Amino acid sequence: MLSVTGISKTFPGVRALDGVDFTARAGEVHALIGENGAGKSTLIKVLTGVYRPDPGEGTMTYDGAEAAFATPLEAQHAGISTIYQEVNLVPLMSVARNLFLGREPRGRLGLIDFRRMHRAADEALRELGVRVDVRRPLRELGVGAQQMVALARAVSVDARVVIMDEPTSSLEPREVRTLFGVIRMLRERGIAVVYVSHRLEELYEICDAVTVLRDGRAVHTGPMAGLDRLRLVSLMLGREAGEVREEGRTEFTGGHQVTDAEPVLSARKLTARHHLREVGLDVRPGEVVGLGGLLGSGRSGTAKAIAGALPLDSGTVVVAGAPVRTGSTPAAIRAGISLLPEDRKAEGIVPGLSVRENIALAALPRLSRFGLVDEARIDRIVDTFIQRLRIKAAGPHQKVGELSGGNQQKVLLARWLAMHPKVLLLDEPTRGIDVGAKAEVQRLIDELAADGLGVLLISSDMEELIEGADRIVVLKDGAVVEELTGEAVTADRLMRAIATAPVGGPA
Amino acid sequence: MTQLTLGRVTADRDRLRRLLQDYGVYLGVAVLLLVNVAFTPHFLSAENFRTQAVQVAPVLIVALGMALAIGTEGVDLSVGSVMALATSLVSLYLGYGPWIALLVAVAGGLVVGLANGSLIAFVGVQPIVATLALMVAGRGLALVLLPQLKQVHDPGMAALGSGAVLGVPYLVLIAAGLALLTAFVVRRTTFGRQLLALGDSRPAARLAGLPVRRVLILVYAASGAFAAVAGVLATARLTASDPTSLGTLMELSAITAVVVGGTPLSGGRVRIGGTVAGAVLIQLLTATLIKHDLPPSWTQIAQAVVIVLAVYAARERGKR
Amino acid sequence: MTTADVRDPAPQAVGAEEAAVDAPRPAERLSALAQQHGALVTLVLAVLAAALTFEPFLTADNLQNMALSSAFLAVVALGMTFVIVTGGIDLSVGSLFALGGVLAAWGSQYGTAVALLLPLAVCGLIGVLNGVLIARSRLAPFIVTLAAMLGARGLLLAVTDEGSQTYLVDKSTFFAALGQGRLLGVGVPVWIALVLFAAGALVLRRTRFGQYVYAVGGNEDAAALMGAPVARTKITVYTLSGLCAGLAGALNAAWLVSGVTILGSGMELEAISAVVIGGTLLTGGSGFLSGSLVGVLLLKVIQNVINQIGSLDSAYQQVVSGAFLAVVVIAQTWLGRRGRRT
Repeated sequence: MLSVTGISKTFPGVRALDGVDFTARAGEVHALIGENGAGKSTLIKVLTGVYRPDPGEGTMTYDGAEAAFATPLEAQHAGISTIYQEVNLVPLMSVARNLFLGREPRGRLGLIDFRRMHRAADEALRELGVRVDVRRPLRELGVGAQQMVALARAVSVDARVVIMDEPTSSLEPREVRTLFGVIRMLRERGIAVVYVSHRLEELYEICDAVTVLRDGRAVHTGPMAGLDRLRLVSLMLGREAGEVREEGRTEFTGGHQVTDAEPVLSARKLTARHHLREVGLDVRPGEVVGLGGLLGSGRSGTAKAIAGALPLDSGTVVVAGAPVRTGSTPAAIRAGISLLPEDRKAEGIVPGLSVRENIALAALPRLSRFGLVDEARIDRIVDTFIQRLRIKAAGPHQKVGELSGGNQQKVLLARWLAMHPKVLLLDEPTRGIDVGAKAEVQRLIDELAADGLGVLLISSDMEELIEGADRIVVLKDGAVVEELTGEAVTADRLMRAIATAPVGGPA
Repeated sequence: MTQLTLGRVTADRDRLRRLLQDYGVYLGVAVLLLVNVAFTPHFLSAENFRTQAVQVAPVLIVALGMALAIGTEGVDLSVGSVMALATSLVSLYLGYGPWIALLVAVAGGLVVGLANGSLIAFVGVQPIVATLALMVAGRGLALVLLPQLKQVHDPGMAALGSGAVLGVPYLVLIAAGLALLTAFVVRRTTFGRQLLALGDSRPAARLAGLPVRRVLILVYAASGAFAAVAGVLATARLTASDPTSLGTLMELSAITAVVVGGTPLSGGRVRIGGTVAGAVLIQLLTATLIKHDLPPSWTQIAQAVVIVLAVYAARERGKR
Repeated sequence: MTTADVRDPAPQAVGAEEAAVDAPRPAERLSALAQQHGALVTLVLAVLAAALTFEPFLTADNLQNMALSSAFLAVVALGMTFVIVTGGIDLSVGSLFALGGVLAAWGSQYGTAVALLLPLAVCGLIGVLNGVLIARSRLAPFIVTLAAMLGARGLLLAVTDEGSQTYLVDKSTFFAALGQGRLLGVGVPVWIALVLFAAGALVLRRTRFGQYVYAVGGNEDAAALMGAPVARTKITVYTLSGLCAGLAGALNAAWLVSGVTILGSGMELEAISAVVIGGTLLTGGSGFLSGSLVGVLLLKVIQNVINQIGSLDSAYQQVVSGAFLAVVVIAQTWLGRRGRRT
């Protein structure tokens, strides 16, 4: 139905897609999986006309003819609909109005015939097994039902390809069942479904075929049935089981001087709806604890919750024996917790400010007297960190937005180290930065641990996690499923833990 | 090869545009000065410069507070009403002496600013909407306190309005002092840095543990206080309190001065020098048109065009 | 958090009727009711209180006066409602109202057609300009329309010899009758306003364009993805707002039989207050014209009452409507946040 062969997409400095082949067939549910940065979202955006692929490389065919979509609208008119994780409808308008926007049934004088519209909307939703009052505003519905409305809209505009981007990430188990029912119905109608998710159970339940993306390439395409779970995980993570070299690929020296002292950080029963279920972990001074798991397993959520940036329904965080008020970033920072966020550009750096101001940002109150900034002290600290972290910038007054990713990351590290934290939460500290900077950051993590800091490390890079961490807490669907210590910290054990963790519905 | 040159040309053009956005306002002021020197009779007199400077002072003071609000990606539409409120309060409390009256007026501006800030920081109302509500209520309150124009006969106020030191009017000195103070606050204080950071990236500021709410409230309080000071000074200069018309359209003049001066509406940057030049530019433009016997209608239309052009130019930067 | 009534299509689920779990929580229903009818309830209470307290309130003359002065504001609020539902704001309407009045008075010497068409053409054009700058150049609505407010006032001064010239309308013309005439004992402008509101409500609720207006205000990106002509919709609503302001000004000039130059300042705030008090969200995507009408009446009743309390100055009206605006906006922000959380 819809297929691409050998297409690439290059952004300045990054080759997001590199000669990818992908085919969605009519009446087939095709899983598209891969870790962050593997190229899934880029591929989806190419398929739906948001991005245009690099010219001259590869082809895209739709319904037997070569195709190129200039805008998402064009793709939609051609019959390719996308259901996003965040429902893309108008929340304040009624369900029926959302369903029929732009193609309302009209009666005399060109006025909208609401009775007909409501009846048709009701029927369309009933067909998908959803019963709601179609006159009510969309936002009064649960997320699941909203997604059904989006689906109904897609189907009713005669979609022939439906792309679903992590549709289940905020659904209740019951809603997931309904969604799967609808997907099966779509399949029977001969619609091609592209299904993006990280929940292995779901993939095995609903999908017929799978394409695994990694580093912008399609590394595997084949039927879902008969594909070993462990193999699927290793395909996603990029290592054949048992093939991971244990030494030498990273800068980590391995094994830190962990004191048996009291944990510097101890989190208990962190619970947040749709994100975490009773997650607990300890980090001791000088220890690097890794958080393992697939994308969407709750790794970033755990780090954010500890740093006070994700509101918790329940749970406690204790730093060096003293309880920390949860849900408050300033309280967490005062207690000595520092978070290097995953989304460096949006949540980390302040792009318009200089390297110097960015480094001094969090520590400003300490570097000021009576509200006046102590410029000399800032200069000293900034110079120290620029040298110690080897930040490469034209000077301390260059805008951070102009630096390379690696140097931006170092600036953020400097910002937090200037706070003398007790615990450092690093969410993908080396993603998207070049090899040299990566090695330096890894060396730094070692040094910091050696200085007695407690480090929580999140990384999709297997080697980094295994060699960097003394202990790995494995998460799945927002809950801790296993903890690997000592000799057990191996790629093999990690992948096994991810692939075969006990079942349990999503949080 | 051609592509390379093309790349360089566009890069050069970008740099030129950025330079124009940053320093165009100074260029504009210089051009207007030259034009006036060449074509306007009696332009180069100390008396004329004094008149121009006295007229620009209140606008500038309001624009300083506005620059702070715009730096946080906000705006303060209530400034004109705060000026009116201040003039009413001054008239009412002048019996207790000019200093008390001035303090009460500034306190009134602070209260309005705090109300704006609380609505924005705690309730989460958009700045335009919050300050719009206080724009309506503030003017009404001013008129309730002082229903119609009232002459101000107070030697202290008169001295404030028309006195001078070494030939420089008090009004100008106060405006210059406040401009320096604001520039100092923006550049040298914790508050200034935090303001710029949260204007540039609210999520990053939150995650870095900055006191976002406190900064926002302080910004709007400052804007209210500045507007009140401007209201008092305008009262002193006119030797009359006119809550009906004082400060009408002041929000527009202030926003124009700030935006023309190179502070983007998208926040994260505050250019005080540019704001001063922006206020001067508008004043000069008005004066030029008036001196050449063009009617006030023209100055209003010209100002409307200038502000649209300035916002349009700033938009280009935002996109890149 | 409402849970959707999602039924499993699998056969075993048939018959296992789910409870009606999709009913909104009582608090939510209450807040929706407050949004829709709060202004109406307040209006009724205000009218009752006024009627009981002041003898002259319910006299025919007083009611006629209130209805007339409401009519002009209502026509302005009509256009404003469309703009605010798209999530925008139009601060130029006060100036356009004054400009429309002056142009109409000047044009009335050439006949009724000119007196009506000239203000509509000029104010409509300024509305188009607003819309293009906002929709195509993506400039902030408040600043564009603020500039237009200034520009329109400049234009007004230019056509009235810097404000010194007041054009008069000949009382014997048909145009003057549009403002001064009565039909079934009610002023013609009131009828015009009512007809326009009925037409506007029909357009907003029952046409595809109306749906686009709501969609653009509710979620612009989604609307664009669903194929709504976002830019065209925005340009249309600002044009409409300009036309409404110009027409209201023209009718007002016919009523006063002169083009008074100093009118209209602060009218944009009155119109916005009326629309918001009437239950239209300033953030866009939700609102209704009947609410705006109620909001206008409420403001005018308050104004009337304040005028009748001899000791109170008319400025109290601004304080009250500003406070009203603040309360309504706080309530809306609250409700909005709760809505987003679900």
